Amino acid sequence: MNILYDERVDGVLPATDKPALLSALRAQMPELEILHSEEALKPYECDGLSAYRTTPMLVVLPRELEQVVTILRICHQQRVPVVPRGAGTGLSGGALPLEKGVLLVMARFNRILEINPAGRFARVQPGVRNLAISQAAAPHGLYYAPDPSSQIACSIGGNVAENAGGVHCLKYGLTVHNLLKIEMLTVEGECLTLGSDALDSPGFDLLALFTGSEGMLGVITEVTVKLLPKPQTAKVLLAAFDSVEKAGRAVADIIAAGIIPGGLEMMDNLAIRAAEDFIHAGYPIDAEAILLCELDGVEADVDDDCQRVRQVLQHAGATELRQAKDEAERVRFWAGRKNAFPAVGRLSPDYYCMDGTIPRRELPGVLQAIADLSIEYDLRVANVFHAGDGNMHPLILFDANQPGELDRAEALGGKILELCVKVGGSITGEHGVGREKINQMCAQFSSDELTLFHAVKAAFDPGGLLNPGKNIPTLHRCAEFGAMHVHHGQLPFPDLERF
Amino acid sequence: MTVEHDNDAAAELLQQVEQALHDKLALRIQGGNSKAHLGRMTHGALLDTRVHRGIVSYDPTGLVITARAGTPLAELNAALDAAGQMLPCEPPHSEAGATVGGMLAAGLSGPRRPWTGSVRDYVLGTRIITGHGKHLRFGGEVMKNVAGYDVSRLMAGSFGCLGLLTEVSLKVLPKPRHSLSIALEISCERALLKLAEWGQQPVPISAASHDGQRLHLRLEGGEGSVTAAHDRLGGEPLDTAYWADLNAQRLAFFADPRPLWRLSVPPHTGPLSLPGEQLIDWGGAQRWLKSDADALIIRAIATQASGHASCHANCAQPFQPLAPALLRYQQSLKTQLDPQGIFNPGRMYAEI
Repeated sequence: MNILYDERVDGVLPATDKPALLSALRAQMPELEILHSEEALKPYECDGLSAYRTTPMLVVLPRELEQVVTILRICHQQRVPVVPRGAGTGLSGGALPLEKGVLLVMARFNRILEINPAGRFARVQPGVRNLAISQAAAPHGLYYAPDPSSQIACSIGGNVAENAGGVHCLKYGLTVHNLLKIEMLTVEGECLTLGSDALDSPGFDLLALFTGSEGMLGVITEVTVKLLPKPQTAKVLLAAFDSVEKAGRAVADIIAAGIIPGGLEMMDNLAIRAAEDFIHAGYPIDAEAILLCELDGVEADVDDDCQRVRQVLQHAGATELRQAKDEAERVRFWAGRKNAFPAVGRLSPDYYCMDGTIPRRELPGVLQAIADLSIEYDLRVANVFHAGDGNMHPLILFDANQPGELDRAEALGGKILELCVKVGGSITGEHGVGREKINQMCAQFSSDELTLFHAVKAAFDPGGLLNPGKNIPTLHRCAEFGAMHVHHGQLPFPDLERF
Repeated sequence: MTVEHDNDAAAELLQQVEQALHDKLALRIQGGNSKAHLGRMTHGALLDTRVHRGIVSYDPTGLVITARAGTPLAELNAALDAAGQMLPCEPPHSEAGATVGGMLAAGLSGPRRPWTGSVRDYVLGTRIITGHGKHLRFGGEVMKNVAGYDVSRLMAGSFGCLGLLTEVSLKVLPKPRHSLSIALEISCERALLKLAEWGQQPVPISAASHDGQRLHLRLEGGEGSVTAAHDRLGGEPLDTAYWADLNAQRLAFFADPRPLWRLSVPPHTGPLSLPGEQLIDWGGAQRWLKSDADALIIRAIATQASGHASCHANCAQPFQPLAPALLRYQQSLKTQLDPQGIFNPGRMYAEI
């Protein structure tokens, strides 16, 4: 079922008057940069989920907070939907534009306002890139912990909107764990401060609710993040296994030994071979699975933990065990993993990246089921796995130029996500729902749960003008989707009308 | 362990909520009633969560525990302890009766909070009976989950005003391999400066409190880092019971008959001149105050320091008033999730 906004199932959007909107924006903000011609709008028709494109009615590129306030007020007055966007690197289509909507690009708010070493925080505008925060904090021996793989390009506002993760989440948490405060504007252009400079704040924890809300509840205008002292040292172990099950068990054994690695990644044979071919990281290409285990902290503790982990891995049946002997080798070990996506991309004209999470104990069964689905759909799947926190990234290889392959890849992807839900996991660990997984939301949540999500939305945006159609599907969409995917032998919404 | 008392009473709880919705009568949700001193008085029919208790699942290598809301916190901690694990946020359980649901609803965290995070930070999933009389599940047992709005973490610190918690899944961590507590004879002013400095370095501090005379520190981690930090900082050995006594409010400071206040301020805030006796916790980010000064005066000092103050002694207005716009959206959220206003009305604020 198509994921592009469909007014028949996603809700009717208000009719908009483009010339009236344009003239109101121009009249009140002669300085505001507005894109409205077809060729100027083209670059903004998609985010990181480039398979889906919609040309927005208008793109606005404000530079001042007052401009954002005015844009929101005018759009609210004229009942025009607004889709906020940061750097546009999101992989789930959270910033996919609407034909009847304004795309509000916050990328020009790119100033670091304050680095406070004594308070260990950084106060930045939402368009500041994730990596730029750590770079600015580095002279003080501090850094910002969450490191999504797009960190060189993605912006912190988008990180907050998506509750971005990365490879160090098990030890250092997600974006939500590393925030102190956000300044935001409501759909009506009203300023709210969520969180505070202290470690908590009175009232309901709206900061937690807003983190990961995909631009549906407000527009982020300023972010205060926590900074951490840089670990003194980081060491990486690489272990090879002749079966994925053994590698999975080794992960559990490391945790059982009371050790929380800074990073713990697993790759299967297809991913190993692709990465090795591309990066020459020195991976053993005949292994069925490899584990990369990074231990970081104070030198003495890290050496101690390395010893323990080596023993655990040997007992778990590692066929090969290496410790990066210097920083160059450590970087090379990681380079293979960090470039796994483009490496797999070399094997196939196109690939589709999944983002399900599972309780880690379910790993062997889920990987076997993915292998079976891969045969059934006749498409190769490479598996890259944040093993520490249960976040899987199966990469489905396909060729969009072959008739039917994209549809098959999407159907296979949908099956994998439903499998994650079935074993107690989630359809998305860090990429977000956006439009990409809007249908699978119907598999993860019941109609009553979705109804509660819509109630949350209504508390902040009763008119449904902020990023409509993202994150939470309508019950109508689920009814349509359910009509095609019978769930646990029952239609998920038996009491709803179907059409 | 009281496994024989495990009991799934979700159906009964749901029935009580349905009855309240039908009769249009408010409910007063209560677990162990150990946080009665915090929050406003709320009138309504008693709903005792303790009938719904027991650990539903615990997977130590998955680092996840799931328990029913009425489970005694002591029982949860005992299960974790037996597996060498802990709730890193160190929730206080001053009364033997504190429950898991109450821990989440109050959202209070112990001395380790600035270094490892709050109760909210360890929430992975919840089950909630809503103001629409539905028993729903949000989040789950996985570390990373960004599907839908984060309703589970919103529940932390909501004092039962947004729904009835029935079950919680929490992330847990292994206990540190080594723990050593020390006391340093340094002034409060100097201690706060040193803490700001150490905070920028990889010093394995997991608790820091100053009682006016001495800085108490807990060092935790591997043997190497703890020993190195001890060698560097020196100080007298300290009985680790200090932290439990601080967390349970059993230190002599808390015996003062004047009302107890909690000031939450930015961690690098310098010494604050407060109208009463004070005790510094959370490395400077939490200041306990015994004072009978006017609430307005205490709140003005907290606000001046970019923080807020809450009264832990049954005050008329226990929590810092919210900015008008923020209050409006919080009311709106309450109305959406609890349209009939049956859950703990007025427990946090008269308007909520």
